[in-house]
Amino acid sequence: MSEYIIKNGHVFDPVQGIKGDKKDIAVKDGKIVDRVGSSAKTIDAKGKTVMAGAVEIHAHIAGPKVNLGRIYRPEDKLFTNTRRKGLERTGGGNSIPTTFKTGYEYAKMGYTTAFEAAMPPLFARHVHEEIRDTPIIDEGAFPVFGNNWFVMDYLKNNEVENTAAYISWLLKATKGYAIKVVNPGGTEAWGWGLNCISTKDKVPYFDITPEEIVKGLIEANEYLGLPHSLHIHPNNLGNPGCYETTLDTLKLASGFKAKNRFGREQVMHLTHAQFHSYKGTTWADFESGAKEIIDYVNRNKNITIDTGNVTLDETTTMTADGPFEHHLTALNHLKWANCDVELETAAGVVPYVYSPNISVCAIQWAIGLELALMAKDAMRCYITTDHPNAGPFTRYPRVIKWLMSAKARGAMVESFKHKDKVLAATDIGSLDRELSLYEIAEMTRAGPAKALGLSAMCGGLKPGMDADIAIYNFNPEKPVADPEEIEKAFSRCAHVFKSGTEVVRNGEIVSNGNKRTLWVNAPVKENPQVLHDISEKFLKYYSISKANYEALGHHFVPNPYAVEVEVAE
Amino acid sequence: MTTTVTDVICPFCGTLCDDIAVVISDDGKQLLEVYNACVIGTEKFLHSQSKDRVVRPRLRQEDGTWKEISYDEAAEYTAQMLASAKKPLMYGWSSTNCEAQSVGHEIAEVCGACVDNTAAVCHGTTLIAVQDIGLPSCTLGEVKNRADRIIFWGCNPAHAHPRHMSRYSIFPRGFFTNKGQMTRKMVVIDPRTTDTAKMADIHLQIEQGKDYELLNAFRIALKGEWLPEVVAGIPSEKIREAADILKSGRFGIIFFGMGVTQSLGKNHNIDEAIALTKDLNDYTKFSIMPMRGHYNVTGSGEVMAWQFGYPYAVDLTRGFARYNPGDTSSIDLLARKEVDAVFVIGSDPGAHFPIRCVKEIAKVPSVCIDPHLTPTSGVSKLHVPVAFNGVETGGNCYRMDNVPIDCRKVVEPPEGMLTDEQFLMKVRDRLKQLKGEA
Repeated sequence: MSEYIIKNGHVFDPVQGIKGDKKDIAVKDGKIVDRVGSSAKTIDAKGKTVMAGAVEIHAHIAGPKVNLGRIYRPEDKLFTNTRRKGLERTGGGNSIPTTFKTGYEYAKMGYTTAFEAAMPPLFARHVHEEIRDTPIIDEGAFPVFGNNWFVMDYLKNNEVENTAAYISWLLKATKGYAIKVVNPGGTEAWGWGLNCISTKDKVPYFDITPEEIVKGLIEANEYLGLPHSLHIHPNNLGNPGCYETTLDTLKLASGFKAKNRFGREQVMHLTHAQFHSYKGTTWADFESGAKEIIDYVNRNKNITIDTGNVTLDETTTMTADGPFEHHLTALNHLKWANCDVELETAAGVVPYVYSPNISVCAIQWAIGLELALMAKDAMRCYITTDHPNAGPFTRYPRVIKWLMSAKARGAMVESFKHKDKVLAATDIGSLDRELSLYEIAEMTRAGPAKALGLSAMCGGLKPGMDADIAIYNFNPEKPVADPEEIEKAFSRCAHVFKSGTEVVRNGEIVSNGNKRTLWVNAPVKENPQVLHDISEKFLKYYSISKANYEALGHHFVPNPYAVEVEVAE
Repeated sequence: MTTTVTDVICPFCGTLCDDIAVVISDDGKQLLEVYNACVIGTEKFLHSQSKDRVVRPRLRQEDGTWKEISYDEAAEYTAQMLASAKKPLMYGWSSTNCEAQSVGHEIAEVCGACVDNTAAVCHGTTLIAVQDIGLPSCTLGEVKNRADRIIFWGCNPAHAHPRHMSRYSIFPRGFFTNKGQMTRKMVVIDPRTTDTAKMADIHLQIEQGKDYELLNAFRIALKGEWLPEVVAGIPSEKIREAADILKSGRFGIIFFGMGVTQSLGKNHNIDEAIALTKDLNDYTKFSIMPMRGHYNVTGSGEVMAWQFGYPYAVDLTRGFARYNPGDTSSIDLLARKEVDAVFVIGSDPGAHFPIRCVKEIAKVPSVCIDPHLTPTSGVSKLHVPVAFNGVETGGNCYRMDNVPIDCRKVVEPPEGMLTDEQFLMKVRDRLKQLKGEA
């Protein structure tokens, strides 16, 4: 494999605490090394910003609901289709791009690792087929557990060990990465057209509350010592006043301590916090609850969040929160797709137009930014758009611009039709903080990598780590005259390396790399009770046989990378 | 001694039963018996064992006879045909696995083809309706475990999806439906007294072609508004009675087939059916599901969607994907005589397209990839027999509810035979050479 030396760049690496110093980065055999031989290829990064490849902690980029979005929204492709060119396959789509385009777009922005946020276990093969067809970036997927019949049956009786054994089995069967929870209990209730709005609502028939599900899954997660923590989308998403439910959910993490060998410190990751930080009682008196949420997060070190920034675009919402999408279609009257999945979960899809002329949308935009700007620890708050729910991931450069430039934010607020309402309902007008490149590197690289338990592998430029490197045409020594320069620089990298292979040069794809599928192997000692329960549920209630459930074989996971967990029993 | 292989997937219809057991001979070359499958499925497995099977590609000669050629020669012919065509049509895909579809799509990109699947003559109209209004649906296991209201509209699963009712929709005892059939009310809407209709609690014998009217009347009945005395041949009291049954259930589902998608009104019928489903969700939980025909037509739509963004009728002739059913769909392309080469795989347009389109296939250079002898292979210039997918090779397929199931290989194909995917890879590699890409 080629050797490279990246010279004279301004390096931002929170892993080593490097804050823009000029430093040479050497690459050999796919890894960052101390030094390379004289034959190494030199990349001149003079006047450029050098960071580790970015890590996407939460996006919906592969699987049944994403593809349902593609199938039922031909209009999303309008004017976006690209030709086959060089190494690039044809692509298209704006909020739900085709798999090939997804890989290219992430890579061109300097992202080298991404996680699909919700994998229905029964559809694991579909998720993996799409991951296989998404070039360049390493990917993993979080199977959903929060409405799973096994989990609810076990946790009703406080059987954490059995829950853990089932999780271990399912992660292996689906090649999954972490425990994802979406609207715990509420999605099962949706099987009957119902919902669980608070953490104390009983799940119909199962006689368990969301609270018990969440606590039990945190316990099981720490029992197994998985690399990532519980990754939660709480109950009551997107409703005025929902911040209280969010606080109730966050409080469930108190008293738990991370137990793992991957350097992860949190026990709960609250995802797309923006959607969970709403105050008010109706859409008329809707206001920001960002302060309440981020204050709690700032005080509690065992919690991490990602923002879920609204980018004010036309997009496609999709979530395993089935009842929410039904609620949304009643609000905006746009087409509604739904798919309930036997014994496991559900999903819904509804297009959405976030208009800057609608006060609620503009307030949502402000809340996402408030969360990041009021976060005291950038290593625990990550930038996402909950792609495509709050906006497409291709808008990350724009979000970074808003976070790095008060001027850019001010211009946005000025342009709003209901400017006064937005300023009254949020603190966005008084926040003059501008995030530094170092903080951006924490929020997009080192932070998410650590939260995912991958801090030894990616998110930094320390020798020994994978050579995932992004070089931006951005000179941190020059004052930024126009905030647009930030967005432009972060949109297209000068160079991107994935595991030591140059994949992007001058914003163009030059290699399809050697993409890997990340999954977590956490074997536990044989648990006859759980194995029996699995066989029985397949025999009686699933519509496919157990033997046909597992995602096996080269076709689904051609290049697996298993994160091995030793479970202390 | 023979071996019994269990949990085999049946590669026939969209029900994609995965509980089949087959008995194979000691040497693994012969399939002797099939258990659990329906008659059609059993036949599909056993047909692969027929002694008169064509096992090598055949090229039609000037005098109309066939000449046996090698797979390499066949790949050369196919690649040359696609490379020199201005607007080739690559149709079918519904009876092969997703791996082969993937390779086929790359070929289509390289040569700038129109790619289309059998939705063109089946549920394409459903897809258009879904693009209009969405689709509240669920997996078949949900139906098994929860559904107490089952509607079959314009479909006849007793014949077309023979195990659908026993595995998922009417008879099984699920978690919340532990009395099986006794738990469920079955409504059939069909102008014919089919074997499915004979089993129904309520059979509404609708006037042919009046589906839209009846669906609309159901929506009105739900709201308790005024109805004419008779709609679509059904007295209004009967409509109201049926509407009350739907409303009073805990979980209901509408299954629909060709009777609504390809009769008068087409996609508008489905629009209305989905709107009815949405309305029913104001009272209880309701879903709707198309009864997809081929065992992997759903998969073809999925793969096309994640690779090109559209589920069928994709035109790549300009180098990027365009989608405009009626313009870029197979029958219309053939009827307008726009295509100058036809490539068919895993489907039989010769038996299902209008005759003027079939004549067009016979006129232009054409390749048919199919293990069987079909009307399409009969009119094609080149017939490439391949291994039976789901019997002699595995591969991923999608059930009618989009659940992916990996088919199994149970016996070896006749010696030297290629699979769809292997043959397509040969074509792709040669085509890339011809186009200067490799």
